[in-house]
Amino acid sequence: MVIRRARDLTYVDVTPKAVYLDRRKFLGGLGVATAAAVAGRGLLELVSPSRSIAANTKLTTVKSPLSSTEEKINTYNDVTHYNNFYEFGVDKDQPAKNAQRFVTSPWTVSVGGEIAKPRKFSMEEILKLAPLEERIYRHRCVEGWSIVVPWVGFSFRVLAKLVEPTPKARFVSFESYYDPAQMPLGREAGIQLPYVEGLRLDEAMHPLALLCVGMYGETLPNQDGAPVRLVVPWKYGFKSIKSIVKIKFEKNQPPTAWNLYSPREYGFYSNVNPDVDHPRWSQARERRLPEFFKTHKTLMFNGYGDQVAGLYNGVDLRKNY
Amino acid sequence: MHTFLASKYAKTIVFLLGLGPLAAIVWPFWRGYTIPNPLEFIQHTTGDWALRFLLITLTISPLRKLVRLPELIRFRRMLGLFAFFYACLHFTTYLWFDKLFDAHEIWKDVYKRPFITVGFTAFVLLIPLALTSTAGWIRRLGGRRWQLLHRAIYISAVCGVIHYYWLVKSAVARPLTYAAILTLLLGWRMVDWLVRRKPLAPTKTAVQRAPV
Repeated sequence: MVIRRARDLTYVDVTPKAVYLDRRKFLGGLGVATAAAVAGRGLLELVSPSRSIAANTKLTTVKSPLSSTEEKINTYNDVTHYNNFYEFGVDKDQPAKNAQRFVTSPWTVSVGGEIAKPRKFSMEEILKLAPLEERIYRHRCVEGWSIVVPWVGFSFRVLAKLVEPTPKARFVSFESYYDPAQMPLGREAGIQLPYVEGLRLDEAMHPLALLCVGMYGETLPNQDGAPVRLVVPWKYGFKSIKSIVKIKFEKNQPPTAWNLYSPREYGFYSNVNPDVDHPRWSQARERRLPEFFKTHKTLMFNGYGDQVAGLYNGVDLRKNY
Repeated sequence: MHTFLASKYAKTIVFLLGLGPLAAIVWPFWRGYTIPNPLEFIQHTTGDWALRFLLITLTISPLRKLVRLPELIRFRRMLGLFAFFYACLHFTTYLWFDKLFDAHEIWKDVYKRPFITVGFTAFVLLIPLALTSTAGWIRRLGGRRWQLLHRAIYISAVCGVIHYYWLVKSAVARPLTYAAILTLLLGWRMVDWLVRRKPLAPTKTAVQRAPV
């Protein structure tokens, strides 16, 4: 008997993305047709909103004056295959595989605490709160690597103003979605889940603080924090919490995930700062992916000092790391 | 089994297996796959395998006694040298790609950062062992002294595991697995040593009991 070895797959065998996405259109079309035939318009109406925010849906964006870097943007592949999303595994390549079946629709974000108008936002509502801007930000991880990403979203302050914070509100806390059934590897994360983060109110109200719903002109891929996340470009990446389900305006400084795990290593502020090392490694330089050499000098506030340094007048950044 | 292990092919096979991790590193580059952080991929893979080969080397002695295959000793040197080989690559990625051969930076790191200090120690301890791994050196040092020197591998392995434990951000499950295996391997040696020195024990207790 002759056993013929199959020819190895090479890159040319990979389905082009457009074709790959078309299968969804095809299946979607089938589904819609069936639904319409079987149950008529009512059901179709019910189906369409969830389709509108499926992963990789094109978003219409406007250029933002805050699109703040001319540096070379990382490839989509880099940004979607190198993720810290401990709910889906601690290795960088795990979220890309394990988050594929993460259910992000329907999605609601509840907003409460020290505000005049506590309410829930559906994802569809969030997408319509403001024109979606493309903002190209540097993204610096506390581990010493960095990327440049064209995010899509609008300033968090848009949402904040809508719910009218009371004078008592001094901080904002955020909470990620956590479902051990969908995220079984979360148990091995080491850190406490659900993931929580927080900002001072004035930090959260800074125009650069982005409520992010997409990247590369599309809705967020699951592994990058779909469907809605925060991007705070002058702070280490872990402050930019993913897959947000809860926002609360607070009187007191809220606990934050990495600070709970190791307060000595991860402060509440966690501003990018080349002069304050992580206790275990230097923060003076960074590796701009996918480069080999760690040659990029890390900039104070990740290069956003002109805009944000004023927030920290009189704050000892060595103590408040 | 005995004849196979004693044959010259067995060594060739172990040698080729030892090159496996290197092939796994070269493969994606050769095929042109995009790796977002290629350096980290090389650094982690070489580090993992340096530690794994250290543990495999330490498994030889217990294993040959437990399964009565004394021929296994033939592979110990090669496995130890593979540990050293991957440790060298691992150390080079750090010197070259992280620190750009900046001696001052490196010294600051070794001095200031415990996880670098222990990792550095683990590596440095392997150097004399690799150098004296030849039959000529066993003769020159004499069996006893050579054996004493080569117990440094215990310290190197302990340092290697601590290095791993101290460098992870929060996922300690994997370093702890290595720690458990190492504890088992070193524990076996301790027990073995206690058992072997037992024949002396009765006289000792007899002497101690006498004054009572």
